[in-house]
Amino acid sequence: METAVPPRFARTPSVARREWTQALARAVFFTMALAMVVPLIAIVAYLLVRAAPSLSWEFIVDVPRKGMREGGIWPAFVGTLYLVVLSLAIAAPIGVLAAIYLNEYARENWFNRLINLAVINLAGVPSIVHALFGLGAFVYAARFGYSIVSASLTLAIMTLPVIIASTREALASVPRAFREACWNVGATRWQTIRGVVLPNSISGILTGVILQVSRTAGETAPIMFTGAVFFKAVQRGTLFPYRLTDQCMALSMHLYTVSTQVPNVRESIPYATAIVLLGSVLLVNACAIAVRVWLRNRKRW
Amino acid sequence: MSGPAIAAEDLRLSYGTREVIHGISFEVPRNEIFAIIGPAQSGKTSLLRCLNRTIDFTLGAAFSGRVVVDGVDVHRVRDVYALRRKVGMVAPLPVGLPLSIYDNVAFAPRAAGLSRRAGLDAIVERCLRQAALWDEVKDRLNGLGTALSGGQQQRLTIARALSHQPEILCLDEFSIAIDPVTTMRIEDVLRQLQSEITIVLVTNLVQQARRLAGRTMFMWNGEIVELDRSEVVFSEHPGQRRTHDYVHGVFG
Amino acid sequence: MRRREGALSATAGPIGTTAADRPQRSPWSTAVERAVETAIRASGVSAIFFVLAIFFFVFREAAPVLWDSDFHILQFLFSTEWYPTSDINVRYGTLALTVGTLSVTAVAIALAVPFGLGAAIFVSEFCGRRLKEVLKIVIEFLAAIPSVVWGFVGLTVMSRVIVALTGAPVGVNLLNGGVILALMSVPIIVSIGEDALKAVPDSYREAADALGATRWQTVYRVLLPAARNGLLAAVLLGVGRAVGETMAVLMATGHAVQIPEGLLNSVRTLTANVAAELGEAPAGSPHYRVLFLTGVLLFWITFAVNLAADLVIRGIRRR
Repeated sequence: METAVPPRFARTPSVARREWTQALARAVFFTMALAMVVPLIAIVAYLLVRAAPSLSWEFIVDVPRKGMREGGIWPAFVGTLYLVVLSLAIAAPIGVLAAIYLNEYARENWFNRLINLAVINLAGVPSIVHALFGLGAFVYAARFGYSIVSASLTLAIMTLPVIIASTREALASVPRAFREACWNVGATRWQTIRGVVLPNSISGILTGVILQVSRTAGETAPIMFTGAVFFKAVQRGTLFPYRLTDQCMALSMHLYTVSTQVPNVRESIPYATAIVLLGSVLLVNACAIAVRVWLRNRKRW
Repeated sequence: MSGPAIAAEDLRLSYGTREVIHGISFEVPRNEIFAIIGPAQSGKTSLLRCLNRTIDFTLGAAFSGRVVVDGVDVHRVRDVYALRRKVGMVAPLPVGLPLSIYDNVAFAPRAAGLSRRAGLDAIVERCLRQAALWDEVKDRLNGLGTALSGGQQQRLTIARALSHQPEILCLDEFSIAIDPVTTMRIEDVLRQLQSEITIVLVTNLVQQARRLAGRTMFMWNGEIVELDRSEVVFSEHPGQRRTHDYVHGVFG
Repeated sequence: MRRREGALSATAGPIGTTAADRPQRSPWSTAVERAVETAIRASGVSAIFFVLAIFFFVFREAAPVLWDSDFHILQFLFSTEWYPTSDINVRYGTLALTVGTLSVTAVAIALAVPFGLGAAIFVSEFCGRRLKEVLKIVIEFLAAIPSVVWGFVGLTVMSRVIVALTGAPVGVNLLNGGVILALMSVPIIVSIGEDALKAVPDSYREAADALGATRWQTVYRVLLPAARNGLLAAVLLGVGRAVGETMAVLMATGHAVQIPEGLLNSVRTLTANVAAELGEAPAGSPHYRVLFLTGVLLFWITFAVNLAADLVIRGIRRR
């Protein structure tokens, strides 16, 4: 009986060359993907090592001492909390409602295309231009002055387009057939949205908003000129040290300050600040992903 | 309650610049099953969507002509949602809303303003019974509507359509995605309902129209080829040669 | 709310009841719905309002300097001499800063595009399921790192690496900024590039398989051409991110306002310049207003880049 390989499937030199190219390509692309992972791990590890001497619960709760050369970061930490909560409280409702308009109500005409264009441009504006806007509009024109209010409003405008985009995606994931079935029985647009569309897209909407927490906490330029300061005297560990008209410290601003503006800082303090900021951001993002995964498993169709 | 259930006069429908229904006129008498047959792209589905004005949701669609549903011109109706409640609609693909089975059927009454639990309970049970679904789901009314089988979801859609007490029930090729046994059961339901509601049945299945309809309208390319009693349309000598060819499978 | 219970109970007669027996929505619920829909429409329109507001308020602070005797628009755009605080010969030339922005962006894109697209191809076409989940999480984390942390990394980690590798006297320079920006832009390029590749219908892949092509041949000859527009959009959005970045370049590129002659020179970008000098410029002074004018310039540059990216993406959807 013949056991030789039929000629059509023989491993000719050209086949071998193609297989080799394929393996090479795979290796090259794998390396490129690795080029993202390895630096990330290396950087985080280096930061951790350098930050270790200062990292402790004390560091978070204590106030800065000796002109910020020593001590902790509490006023900055709680300041960031204020800014994040306030700015998202403003941006989330407007953003969700705007996304509902764009996805559920807007017909395809020039006006709505203009709105779409506006959202895209809002998303691309550099953070320093947001800072200039906040300065011109809220600090001066609206006369809120340098304050948490001005800084939060500036941050809110900055996160608005991203919340609109992520909410639209969540709404669009609900199939049109459901909406048509509701319209067929005489429900209004809003009844359809409230009864079927919103309850089934809430997970995507929530995830989008939670992801903006980390972005808001990490921005420096928009708050640097509208309400954040280098230093503010605050009691250690107090939860409500600021009034809305006060200026505040913020983690992102603090990192910039201690790494570029303060001489003779104990070396581990800037690193520890970076680690606290980075850690908080990654923790919140991990929560958002967990929410997304958990709610997706409860999908109803 | 007198006069035809539906009366259309010179109904024209265009999508943008393309006219898909070319000025048709017809009447649907009350309390019987009225079938609309014809090949694909004849305008049958578009016609149904004109009746309850869900054509409004399609971009660029515009229709003209006088369409009187239950005595009211659809262009001049004050409350379009009330019009949609007068006309029940069943789509080709079964759609269970991602709500409980109870909420699926209670959705329309609640949207209309009914909120008392006793009233809703009564409606849910009555509509599920009429749709021949009650026995299968009565113990799990809190289960998800989307978890039902295709045939069950189509019956759920019928229950939903009945929940707002329509004068007219439109079914658009309701059987294409479900099994023959469920199709038979739904056809029985339709036969029972016809004494109380007017039923408009759009179908590609000539045999189905033959089984169910009292009158049949044959549409082709946006025009009415023939409209007559079913015995005539499906006989060997209908009014039009084309009708005979379509019904006997020469084309289609 | 008018209700006729009798007509709707289980023991009622025929289904078809007259209009008078149908329940009505309560006026309260109709009023709430109308209010909500007003809020929805208003929010939708607000996006236009905010974009116009940004342009308006930035331009408002900037505008007066246009009539200042020391200010010349051509000098502003095309001169490399930036001496805004000089007493005798004040000059507002932003060209060196623009070149700074372009050069840092160019270095960043030169690094980010090959690595980003390569990673996108790997994740989309060559990757196993488990590894894909891990890589996607890594990309999301990379994208979440705040820009000030990246700036800090540039200032500390990257500058030491550069000094060690090249022997340069100072580690904050064009190369540093470029590498940091590349690391910041890669996640955008990867995720949008991966979306673009995923959008190519599976039927293309199946057809190529049926012809006996290897994975790599499929990617090279079929998928990349098909996803060309989406990949271009990914690159454009990455460019937009790089051009608009402020804090990271402020901390990583040094402080010299000059046209760079090599990768190891210090530069400053348009964005970083505003951030660095705004604090010291007295409110209302020409210097202050010129910085706002720089903001207007930046607004239009990023507008153009993002518009281009959107047109490219819209061109795909239309096909």
